[in-house]
Amino acid sequence: MAGHENAPNDPIIICEDVHKWFDDFHVLRGITTSFQTGERAVICGPSGSGKSTFIRTLNRLEEHQRGTIIVDGVELSDDLRNINLIRQEVGMVFQQFNLFPHLSNLQNITLGPIRVRKMTKSEAEEIALSLLERVDIADQAYKYPSEISGGQQQRVAIARALAMEPKIMLFDEPTSALDPEMITEVLDVMRELARSGMTMLVVTHEMGFAREVADRILFFDEGAIVEDAAPADFFDNPQHERTKLFISQTLQH
Amino acid sequence: MEEREFTQEMKPPAHTKSPARWLKDNLFNTWYNVLLSCLVLVVLFFVFKVLLTWAFTEAKWGVIPANLQLFGVGSYPREQIWRVWSVIYIFCVLVGLSAGIWGALTLRFALVLGGIWFIGALSPFELSTRGWFLGAVATTVVSLLLGRGRTNLRPWILGGWLLSFPLIMIVLRGFGENGVLTSNWGGLLLTLILAVVGIVVSFPLGVFLALCRQSDLPAIRWISTAYIEAVRGVPLITILFMGNILVPIFMPGLDINQVLRMMLGITFFSAAYMAENVRGGLQGIPRGQHEAAQAVGLNYVQTMLFIVLPQALRSVIPAIVGQFIALFKDTSLVAIIGLIDLLGVARSVIANPDWFGLQAEVYLFAAIIYFIFSYSMSYGSQEIETALGVGEH
Repeated sequence: MAGHENAPNDPIIICEDVHKWFDDFHVLRGITTSFQTGERAVICGPSGSGKSTFIRTLNRLEEHQRGTIIVDGVELSDDLRNINLIRQEVGMVFQQFNLFPHLSNLQNITLGPIRVRKMTKSEAEEIALSLLERVDIADQAYKYPSEISGGQQQRVAIARALAMEPKIMLFDEPTSALDPEMITEVLDVMRELARSGMTMLVVTHEMGFAREVADRILFFDEGAIVEDAAPADFFDNPQHERTKLFISQTLQH
Repeated sequence: MEEREFTQEMKPPAHTKSPARWLKDNLFNTWYNVLLSCLVLVVLFFVFKVLLTWAFTEAKWGVIPANLQLFGVGSYPREQIWRVWSVIYIFCVLVGLSAGIWGALTLRFALVLGGIWFIGALSPFELSTRGWFLGAVATTVVSLLLGRGRTNLRPWILGGWLLSFPLIMIVLRGFGENGVLTSNWGGLLLTLILAVVGIVVSFPLGVFLALCRQSDLPAIRWISTAYIEAVRGVPLITILFMGNILVPIFMPGLDINQVLRMMLGITFFSAAYMAENVRGGLQGIPRGQHEAAQAVGLNYVQTMLFIVLPQALRSVIPAIVGQFIALFKDTSLVAIIGLIDLLGVARSVIANPDWFGLQAEVYLFAAIIYFIFSYSMSYGSQEIETALGVGEH
């Protein structure tokens, strides 16, 4: 099975000198960091800083060209079996939700468990319904994604990722495409998830959420980690000029 | 302006107009529209007058019933006609069972089919033919009743449809000397066989080619692209001629019969167009759909099968069905290399001195048959789109 059982203080994600280029553009310039099981990390930074690209390399939606990434004891390489193993352990939530429009909300959630985890339909539906309960939209199970609001779609997307019982959840700007009044309902679900002890990596601009929920905030700029600190230090005592500028700009409004 | 009453709740203005009002607003609203409308009415009147006068007084429709068997099955031998009926019965069983199990569109199809057989049974054919028709009604109805509610049979019925193709071929052909040589297959029977085989085989082949053309592996992409462009650069008639003349020249040992060669030609030709239609659908699927499927852990085949293709194919149903209809009508080209399909029968009937000078009647009849099948496909595709909720979610 995937990897070995981690000791409590073993990192579940290890990145060593990770580089990535889009053609000639050097997006990731030597990322070295690691994340512990149960850790809740928020990744922020200006647009184009490589933060989304970074978390997308962690389940191989983007390929890194140099360095090593080890997720749950399995190294990410061209080996398709490893990639599929890791994708089963890593859930992902996208900015644009990316729900499957031709499937009902319930089917969106049960597809992975049935096809990948080889559950029976009734087992998968039971899990899906309890997850929809957990994200507070059990009454929308048999509707289609186009029939519910953006905030509800994103909660279905979170339920879909959770249905695979992942060890790690990646969030790629989960609230950026939402109308303001729907951001709270999604953040509430993420807060609840954080309390449950899930390992979470969240790319977001929601600084209030970061301060409240994160164990650790990583600030990306120009493809590198500029600042990596606990929230209190990050907001009250940033070390780098660029971080200070970013914080002053984002906290102004 | 009419006087309006403003009340608390306003209803939307009514859209219905009286027919007289509609005519006045749309056809007779200005002096030049009045002129144009009158002109068109006069022309229509004369066209219909001529057409209807011809159809009801001059036309010798006797040529159609007299040659009905020829139109239906060509020179298929009379004493072997039970083979054709067996095929029809196999079809009735599958349609009936499907209608019982799935209902909806399949049910309506089964009812229409049963209705056609019923009309056949009531028509003044020979007694044996009417018996066969009556049997077809019974087979359809009994299968329908047997299938009702048996949802657990679904995979078996799908398997049955798949298996029915080779089975139908075997029943129609029989074995050796006692069977019916494919050179005797003709009429609507041949047209339908060519069209159905072409559609059923070229569709998956087209999907496969479209996926290959989008492949990350350059060799596969190039081969697929080269195939598609080569086939699309050549008229179908050329491919049929090549199948007919070049294959025997270059592969003298290979004795593939003519009908099969035409099937292959039509299928390979259609697959190239099908591939481009499907590719159009594939390109409309956002990258996020692939990524979400991968993030859930689906592999390539699962991603295509459950996420990408269902959405891609739905969006190109009109184009795909358009291709099916074109293929159905293109089968008439096999008449040129000597096979006697529906159009070939029409030509041979006209050439018969007994029916001299009846081109209009015979071709009109053939055109109506082509229209009925083509329009049914078109209608079916619209129904399928509605059933799948295309454009809704």
